[in-house]
Amino acid sequence: MIAYLIRRLLYAVPILVGVNLLTFALFFVVNTPDDMARIQLGIKRVTPDAIHNWKVAHGYDKPLFYNPGESGAQFFTDTIFFEKSVPMFRFEFGRSDDGRDIAQEIESRAGPSLEIALPVFVIGMMANVSFALMMAFFRATLVDVWGVVLCVAAMSISSLFYIIGGQFLVAKLWHWVPISGFEAGTSSLKFVILPVVIGVASGLGSGARWYRTIFLEEVGKDYVRTAKAKGISEVRVFFHHVLRNGLIPILTGAVVIIPSLFMGSLIMESFFGIPGLGSYTLDAINSQDFAIVRSMVFIGSVLYIIGLMLTDISYTLADPRIRLQ
Amino acid sequence: MRIWLVIIPILCIAGCGSTWNDPYPASDRGKSILYLAFTERPRHLDPARSYSEDEASINAQIYEPPLQYHYLKRPYTLVPLTATAVPHPQYYDAQNRLLPQDADAKSIAYSLYEIRLKPGIYYQPHPAFARDENGRPLYQNLTRKELESIGDLADFRKTGTRELVASDYVYEIKRLADPRIQSPIAGLMNEYILGFRDFSKRLQKDPAADLSKCEMSGVEVRDRYIYTIKVRGKYPQFAYWLAMSFFAPVPPEVDHFYSQPGLAGKNLVLDWRPVGTGPYMLTENNPNSRMVLMRNPNFHSETYPSSGMPGDESVLKDAGKTLPFIDEVVFSREKESIPYWNKFLQGYYDVSGITSDNFDQAIMMSVQGEAQVSKDMAKQGVELKTSVAPSIRYMAFNMLDPVVGGYGRRARLLRQAISIALDFEENISIFANGRGIPAQGPLPPGIFGYHSGREGINPVVYDWADGEAKRKSIVAAKKLLADAGYPDGRDAATGKPLVLYLDSTGRGADDKTRFDWYRKEFARINIQLEVRATDYNRFQEKIRKGSAQIFTWGWNADYPDPENFLFLLYGPQGKVKYGGENSANYDNPEYDRLFEKMKNMENSSQRMAIIDRMVAILREDSPWMWGFHPKDYQLNHVWLSNLKPNQMARNNVKYLRIDAKLRDRMRREWNGPVLWPFAFGVLGIGLIVVPALKYYRRREEGRVK
Repeated sequence: MIAYLIRRLLYAVPILVGVNLLTFALFFVVNTPDDMARIQLGIKRVTPDAIHNWKVAHGYDKPLFYNPGESGAQFFTDTIFFEKSVPMFRFEFGRSDDGRDIAQEIESRAGPSLEIALPVFVIGMMANVSFALMMAFFRATLVDVWGVVLCVAAMSISSLFYIIGGQFLVAKLWHWVPISGFEAGTSSLKFVILPVVIGVASGLGSGARWYRTIFLEEVGKDYVRTAKAKGISEVRVFFHHVLRNGLIPILTGAVVIIPSLFMGSLIMESFFGIPGLGSYTLDAINSQDFAIVRSMVFIGSVLYIIGLMLTDISYTLADPRIRLQ
Repeated sequence: MRIWLVIIPILCIAGCGSTWNDPYPASDRGKSILYLAFTERPRHLDPARSYSEDEASINAQIYEPPLQYHYLKRPYTLVPLTATAVPHPQYYDAQNRLLPQDADAKSIAYSLYEIRLKPGIYYQPHPAFARDENGRPLYQNLTRKELESIGDLADFRKTGTRELVASDYVYEIKRLADPRIQSPIAGLMNEYILGFRDFSKRLQKDPAADLSKCEMSGVEVRDRYIYTIKVRGKYPQFAYWLAMSFFAPVPPEVDHFYSQPGLAGKNLVLDWRPVGTGPYMLTENNPNSRMVLMRNPNFHSETYPSSGMPGDESVLKDAGKTLPFIDEVVFSREKESIPYWNKFLQGYYDVSGITSDNFDQAIMMSVQGEAQVSKDMAKQGVELKTSVAPSIRYMAFNMLDPVVGGYGRRARLLRQAISIALDFEENISIFANGRGIPAQGPLPPGIFGYHSGREGINPVVYDWADGEAKRKSIVAAKKLLADAGYPDGRDAATGKPLVLYLDSTGRGADDKTRFDWYRKEFARINIQLEVRATDYNRFQEKIRKGSAQIFTWGWNADYPDPENFLFLLYGPQGKVKYGGENSANYDNPEYDRLFEKMKNMENSSQRMAIIDRMVAILREDSPWMWGFHPKDYQLNHVWLSNLKPNQMARNNVKYLRIDAKLRDRMRREWNGPVLWPFAFGVLGIGLIVVPALKYYRRREEGRVK
């Protein structure tokens, strides 16, 4: 398995270079360094001298991918692409175009994002599994039918509706929790309860419906019939056998998103005033802060690759028949 | 039974009269804290770089330039802040001979501003000023080991302070010229402050130079409390710049402190951690969540103004009292308007603006057509303050365009016809909820040169009838269009329909409605309008290259002087030719000549006459459809007093007063938890669980049939 993982890590390098290349090309098709300078310097009274100074100070005064004025290695190395990309492979993200340290910014924002994303993931998973099990348990009854109807209805509603509706009912009308805001430490509880509940509720429809299908597939298998024939109670059959086997595809599907959890949720964090990473990339795109954009795309790619590797590993743990070679 | 273990504590807590939805710590209750919100995170807090309104709302409480605007007087009046008096320039010719005050502007080589500071003003406590027993700086040469234990400014055990001196102001002016700092006004100051350009070039060659040791010829420290600035020619508006944070003091040791290697990696930089002499100091800086200002314990003595304008009695109750009244200011980030608005209604923000979404809930119009708070709001004690912003939102014609541009009769009549057809009264009503006044020219109310009433109307677009300005009829617009050679919106020579192009950055749903309205308005005179929506960069590029035809634009005043508006149409400010702020590329020699004369004049009847002539030229040429001057609506709760909108000054927090006890009482009244949904929830769960359990038992106990 170690050899397999090393091989996968080596494959990751060209993938990251490719992603980086694409990010540079796409970003600079839309924004020129002059545009970036103008945005950073403000709209009023921006002079050509100021633009030139900004580009020199931020290293955007060089060609993008190749430097016709240079020869040898410098043809490629004395470029924006090379100078901005290489440090990222050392996980040095430098400073954003408005002067903040990107690594520190990510560090300070990841915590609040995780405070929402992790409970939503864990509680959401438990709620989805429980609801799906209930529907499977009461299959072909009114509980199941209405459960599916509820799931379809729930997944048809926009997540924004859950947020605005939740804020309106719980925070505005009933005054149970603050509408928005955040505090570090244990004080954060009153701020994260509502977004977590909304996060779980908004994912319940699609999650439970999918898991119900998985459990129903398991229920129809021979080993379940055998267990029942042996006189094992239905509850025991469900929790000891159906749940355990049904969790294999669920877990492997969920593991891939675990590393990306800290990237946060854009809308949720925006509406609840959570100072997380959710809007970091989008804000950077709007302000044409390329240092942040390329760093976040790079980190996102790395996390996705890690997620896929973890999925592979989780297969081997969940199903002993699978070996990574 | 177990459920009561949950319900009883909930009822107990609710019965105690506490609020559950309070976003602030319980320890804050009863304290004199002002709660405000911000939408956009500030980018720069370095006084040399910061230029946006959001940043100014924080920086202006911390940094003190030598001058400020009188809080209550209108028109906006400069008064001393750290200076002993508003400096009056002395004029010199090229041979350094003193000239009389009424000397011809052409003979003036430079104006000398001598600024005298009040002694005894001290900086906020800061580690950059900390010294050991021997008077040596404690934290100016941090070692790597010391840096390891530092994550924030609070980790420095000692702080210090020192008196504000003239060289701190001079140091900041040198910073404005430093190419590394990239001050947005460096380009402008190049033109005015003597020696600024050379100083900048010198620093470009030697970026490591110590600013304190380099001399700028136009700026001089006379003694501990006096410094002088030499300004090229006559530029009376320079005094306004002295009221902006660009000219606030920066102590060299603070700059040096933040320049130490290792601190930038912890975001401990001057651009992020301001140090000033103002009434407040920034103690918490998380621009993603909240920024906190605390009262500066070293703040110098300043008192509330003792005079204002007629009708200011309600805001003069604290006249002569020592400032500031509020101990702490908490700015919380609210990206979305819904939570911001609802928290204001719950009493958790003391002040709020009004968006279009909540306008109808907040405002109703009186019989006289005046805006006032709705009945529900009034019942809550919410107050409304309105003021016209010293700004303008307009539609410009590109004067370089072959169809709408140029100075010939045909193009001028076409522009005039369009100016009449575009009903900005309706635009304000639909898209701004009536928050604006139609502009009659480039100058907003409150700026010297603005005329109200009949005297002030734009005769090209309006008639004076029944005591008010009435937009000319569409028939008049069509007649002008026909005179321009486009009868019924068709080119008389070719018979082709006239198609014009509006360039814009908007692509959202709201923009589409706006574009539809523009099309409708142009269609009233049978002109086809095509909207070319594009992204911001391409739009800017079109403006720079002069390839746009008609576009919307705006301007917020830097200072309350007509020069700051009229320069927007000054030829040498042309966007395409000179990269200036004249985006319409308007170029009228007579206007330019008058502008050059007017800009150096003190406010007087002669200056007024010149401005009148300039505005008349503009109205006739119509390079802009004058659009409107936005009106700001601000709501505040009854517990906040001394609030008077001041569109020029941003350092107004020190004048405000909070009745924290009243706020606490009203918050409790408004935010008691509603508990019946708990009971419904419990009942609902019971209704699901009990039948399910019964069904399960029945199924488990049933026999196979």
